[in-house]
Amino acid sequence: MTTRIDRRFAALKQEGRAALVTFVTAGDPDYETSLKIITGLPKAGADVIEIGMPFTDPMADGPAIQAAGLRALAAGQTMKKTLKLIKEFRKADQDTPIVLMGYYNPIYVYGVPKFLKDAKAAGADGFIIVDLPPEEDGEFCIPALEAGMNFIRLATPTTDDHRAPTVFRNTSGFVYYVSVLGITGTKAPDLKSVKANVNRLRKHTPLPICVGFGVKSAEQARAIAKDADGVVVGSALVSAVEKSLTKAGKPTSKTAKAVHALVAEIAQGVRS
Amino acid sequence: MNVKTPNSFRTGPDENGLFGIYGGRFVAETLMPLILELEQAYKDAKADRSFQAELDDFLEHYVGRPSPLYFAERMTEHLGGAKIYFKRDELNHTGAHKINNVMGQILLARRMGKKRIIAETGAGQHGVATATACARFGLECIVYMGEVDMERQKPNVFRMKLLGAKVVPAKSGSRTLKDALNEALRDWVANVEDTFYCIGTVAGPHPYPEMVRDFQSVIGRETKEQMLKREGRLPDSLVAAIGGGSNAMGLFHPFLDDKEVEIIGVEAAGLGLRTKTKHAASIAGGRPGVLHGNRTYLLMDDDGQIIEGHSISAGLDYPGIGPEHAWLHDMKRVEYVSATDKEALEAFQLCCRLEGIIPALEPSHALAHVMKIAPQRPKDHLMVMNMCGRGDKDIFTVAEILGAKL
Repeated sequence: MTTRIDRRFAALKQEGRAALVTFVTAGDPDYETSLKIITGLPKAGADVIEIGMPFTDPMADGPAIQAAGLRALAAGQTMKKTLKLIKEFRKADQDTPIVLMGYYNPIYVYGVPKFLKDAKAAGADGFIIVDLPPEEDGEFCIPALEAGMNFIRLATPTTDDHRAPTVFRNTSGFVYYVSVLGITGTKAPDLKSVKANVNRLRKHTPLPICVGFGVKSAEQARAIAKDADGVVVGSALVSAVEKSLTKAGKPTSKTAKAVHALVAEIAQGVRS
Repeated sequence: MNVKTPNSFRTGPDENGLFGIYGGRFVAETLMPLILELEQAYKDAKADRSFQAELDDFLEHYVGRPSPLYFAERMTEHLGGAKIYFKRDELNHTGAHKINNVMGQILLARRMGKKRIIAETGAGQHGVATATACARFGLECIVYMGEVDMERQKPNVFRMKLLGAKVVPAKSGSRTLKDALNEALRDWVANVEDTFYCIGTVAGPHPYPEMVRDFQSVIGRETKEQMLKREGRLPDSLVAAIGGGSNAMGLFHPFLDDKEVEIIGVEAAGLGLRTKTKHAASIAGGRPGVLHGNRTYLLMDDDGQIIEGHSISAGLDYPGIGPEHAWLHDMKRVEYVSATDKEALEAFQLCCRLEGIIPALEPSHALAHVMKIAPQRPKDHLMVMNMCGRGDKDIFTVAEILGAKL
């Protein structure tokens, strides 16, 4: 069975270019603006959309994404509203894959079977759940695969050749290679080690490998796109949201535009 | 819940780090190899007699163990019921039970060749204990502490600095213990090569809940021996305060299979359980969820967002509880109750005047429950309360509430 994610990566392979994977937080800075941001992403150049499900305690994320999650929660974002956002997006776009990214607790509380059913119905394609390593596959990964959805796993510099088979065992869709040791958006990736690690991981998996954590510019994106199948940009977009807000944290007419402009710029890097 | 009583309550966790459905390893992939390495290193150390001998030596000569089991005669007379004993872990070096666990973990870190130690702290007791052990062994020490807690526990912040530790404020979220834990985990993810994370309570990903429990179990083992020597039999009941639950687990664990011993954990009810959000009683007011590497009872809203706990005691206002406690609650082996800020404050004052012991606000919660139940028990009922910390660090908080100027 192929999913939207599989189809999109196959199509890009035909085109001979890497994917631009964009991350934004659902409901940041509020529901309406967030919907505007997300619906405009494909046109700006996003090939895959990651939507962050806000959580109060995002322990693998840096200050930018933490702040985005708290802004969204303060504006009343809930898991139900996040799924509604996807449903709205799907009205106009049937092709762009959507990956929900976040932490396990809100899903666990929602109820795994119900969440999978609702997420699928809304039009989500896959999941990245940061705090579910392979050792906890029975919790959510296996049920997600059984529901015909992708479970995308993070591989890190600590994923050595011994660990890699465990990490990739139940991974599908693509692999998200975390290019730095640390939290999101804090350090710039070391391009040499990215290349070496991507090539090393290819021996363990036939899946497309996307690289992220710390990608901020078209330059970096261009360099990474040479070796990887996709480039993930997250904190930089979320920071663009933050910078566009009023002092009181309210969205302005520039908010969605700022995100789309940055996506367009980085897309140029990926495509050139 | 229809659960079968196990033959033993002391065999957990299983190989996946589970106590029933609680515990586990819910961490980012970056940390998984480290946690597996730690699990193996701890297994090896546990099987190595020289490791235990080294730890015992430090516990005796540096920490000052065994701590006395003290008959609280005037408290007993005042309450007019059960015969009350205090297990005096407040007499340990650094003033609380936290050092028992820290000595074990730091010796393990040395064995593993780790040179940089990170820790989280709420009230500051675990931070002070970690800073102390790091000073003793010449290790770099970084302590994460919520900005709000740094303000509430200024003396401990200064103590840590005197001991050479770097204290880093956690400025995100509610800026208390849970956020300090998030920051420590973020540090660990970024510094996996040389860093050992010294967790202060029986929570976090496996093997921490088991390891911290094992290091704290010295409290219960001593209590058993001391009580047998003094009274010729086991105690009838044990009472201990619970935030994450390390002092309680340390006292309880050696007694879990002594079915005649009644065991009671006291959570912090803050301004009262009815306030819904102004307490820190994860079992009484929470439900199962996943945070900080383990599944356990958590304070959260209907959408799975974590609610910060509230308690007069900075050491108890964690929105979760150790996973083994969650399991012991479900199995009904341990009874979990709660005491409010006000009750704890009354117990604190009473203890100062009757026993000449200034207790920390954490065990004051346990004492508040002792005050409720001791009068209803017969005079030959032996009750042990874990006096897990001294109150020097809390005098500013208490002074403010009592309207005294220092």
